[in-house]
Amino acid sequence: MNNPSHIEASISNGSSHLLSYPKFLMRSIALATDGSLLFYAWMTVLTAIALVGANAWANQVRDGMIVTNMTDHVSWGLYIANFTFCVGLAAGGVMMVIPAYLYDDEEMHHVVIIGEAVAIAAILMCTLSVVVDLGRPDRFWHLIPGIGRFNWPLSMLTWDVIVLNGYLVINLHIVGYLLYMRYLGRKPNPYWYVPFVFLSIFWAISIHTVTAFLYCGLGGRPFWNTALLAPRFLASAFVSGPAFIILVMRILRITTNDSATAGPAKTLIQIIRVAMTVNLVMLVSEIFTLFYTGGAHAASAHYLFFGSHGRYGLVPWIWSAIVFNVIGAALFFLPSALERGSVRIVACVLCIVGIWIEKGMGLIIPGFIPSTLHEIVEYTPSLLEWKVTAGIWAFGLAVLTILLKIITSVFSEKTTPSAEVL
Amino acid sequence: MDRTEQLQNAKPPVPHKSSGPSLPILGQVSRRTAVKGAFATLGASAFVAAISPLRHAMQETSLAEFMQQHYQELSAEDKLTVIKRLEDDALEKYGVEVTIGDDRPIPGTKFVYAINLSVCNGNGKCVEACHKENNHDRSTNQSYIRVLEMPMGTMDMGQGSTTYSGTVPADGKFYLPVQCQQCDEPPCVNVCPVQATWKEEDGIVVVDYNWCIGCRYCEAACPYHARRFNWKAPEIPADEINPDQGYLSNRVRPQGVVEKCTYCLHRTRRGRLPACLEACPTGARVFGNILDPNSEIRWLLENKRVYVLKEELGTKPAFFYFFDK
Repeated sequence: MNNPSHIEASISNGSSHLLSYPKFLMRSIALATDGSLLFYAWMTVLTAIALVGANAWANQVRDGMIVTNMTDHVSWGLYIANFTFCVGLAAGGVMMVIPAYLYDDEEMHHVVIIGEAVAIAAILMCTLSVVVDLGRPDRFWHLIPGIGRFNWPLSMLTWDVIVLNGYLVINLHIVGYLLYMRYLGRKPNPYWYVPFVFLSIFWAISIHTVTAFLYCGLGGRPFWNTALLAPRFLASAFVSGPAFIILVMRILRITTNDSATAGPAKTLIQIIRVAMTVNLVMLVSEIFTLFYTGGAHAASAHYLFFGSHGRYGLVPWIWSAIVFNVIGAALFFLPSALERGSVRIVACVLCIVGIWIEKGMGLIIPGFIPSTLHEIVEYTPSLLEWKVTAGIWAFGLAVLTILLKIITSVFSEKTTPSAEVL
Repeated sequence: MDRTEQLQNAKPPVPHKSSGPSLPILGQVSRRTAVKGAFATLGASAFVAAISPLRHAMQETSLAEFMQQHYQELSAEDKLTVIKRLEDDALEKYGVEVTIGDDRPIPGTKFVYAINLSVCNGNGKCVEACHKENNHDRSTNQSYIRVLEMPMGTMDMGQGSTTYSGTVPADGKFYLPVQCQQCDEPPCVNVCPVQATWKEEDGIVVVDYNWCIGCRYCEAACPYHARRFNWKAPEIPADEINPDQGYLSNRVRPQGVVEKCTYCLHRTRRGRLPACLEACPTGARVFGNILDPNSEIRWLLENKRVYVLKEELGTKPAFFYFFDK
């Protein structure tokens, strides 16, 4: 892309970034709200679901969390389960960054920005998932360092607040900078984004490790208290993230003229092959360590996989997850998965659903069953919890759609400052 | 033409005008933009309508409560203002005149509890007394104490049951009441992101109910099922409310915050005994100041074979159990 000299001239001759950046934002908003009938229908459906979720949450704030199915025995549920999955999705978005920048894979460069858009939307979903789980969201300001009381470094939750917000800022900067430079028709200056890209690789690993540390540091919850939790989180994130990105790229290929080359998806599938295998090996390791030793340490796992004392609530969930993950992994290993086709799509969907279950209902809930006094109180999410979670997903997908719309428009050269002069 | 020439020759796009008479005021705006604007307005109003229950929720709290600082940051006058406000709120919400004290630890005190498992017969009067003393929600029959009916010959709580009924003590069983252990290394204190819970000088782990954000991380961290969450606002009839209250203990808690046993600090810091101990008909419970060399609890800990629950977790409970026979 050459630099049209008159645009360079106009930027350096007085009209500064102070003027062109707001123009870029306005143009982005215009692009984000302009599209085909399918686009409007999609955004309307997402808005409707998001509104249902917002209303359900508002009712929860008014009536108290008694409207969920959480109890003093199972005190975290669908919201935290979804949060855990979404952190993995955000971390996995960075998978495209590693081959592109660490291994200098030229083809990956072009689609890295998609992974970062997924990361931004996923982080927003994480934050929402936590906020809706707070008993007193009005007291959110108590978390702000300096104004409230921030229990850093003792509380892992404070680490999570720092790393998640930091990751959001890093990705917003990278995406914003690359888009803005493209809009101006300028080549991005590596100093302004490459260091942040490398930082985002390290940071992505940290967001998921910190989230795992939230759970695995609790001695009172033996099901979570395993050194393998953080590595498993990373392994499953590096499956769900790339799988989600492959689905996004397929949708972009169908709905826009924009189409990446075949290389990036192949690279992602190679990564998924390794990561899913590692995840399954770790699962076997966990199952062996729990069941061969036996004893009280295995009580939660026993309830999860086989039921306990006549309660079988989670058994169908976990076995579905395992079946989905194994079949998904097998499909990814087929040679046809490396070709454009439906095999990879089915595999992606199976793995995403399998990991959502495994990390969500299959990890958070069994941590509470049996309780610390060995009582078995079961949990399935209430309708209101499903509504709120659906609303969060709808909001996240809407943000993702808007970001992708802006990205594809800007990168297809539909937008430069000269083109929008009225 | 190369790109530069293309751009130089490009005409600025003309804004699209609908044919026919233009709209007043909005005359220069395209039909598409007008439709987009209408839908955006519709969406915004739908959003406001969707979150309207929040307005009701906001009525349950006040600006003063919203702005209130952490308990440990409050000056003496601040505390008086806060307590006055809470007492007024209690009158308004529950129709009872209450007195909320701000009992501070007695210097040279460390409170410790012990239960004689050879004597406890699982009658549950302690559970009931806690429910009444601490102004728990009536509909959920809440209490800070849970009693496990355990088969003799095992300490495995997995073989116990909290849902026993009938005549006590049952044959071949012993009874294990569990409540907050007021640990010396409390996992709940470490994990709270806003320091809403902390261990005081006399060993009691307390919660500032007006600072807690209700994340329930402490409830996940506690190995003893000691913490409770207010899933809704407590409902207590006016004549059943205990009006003798403490800011950090048994005042009626708001919705959405965590709470726990406080060794009845509104009693014990005034030289009295916890409600559970006074209600116990068998005399199984012993409470006192471990730092007092002449106390009964000190004698017990020095002379009985006491043990603690889940000792391997390193929580160092201030709650001991022993068998006499």
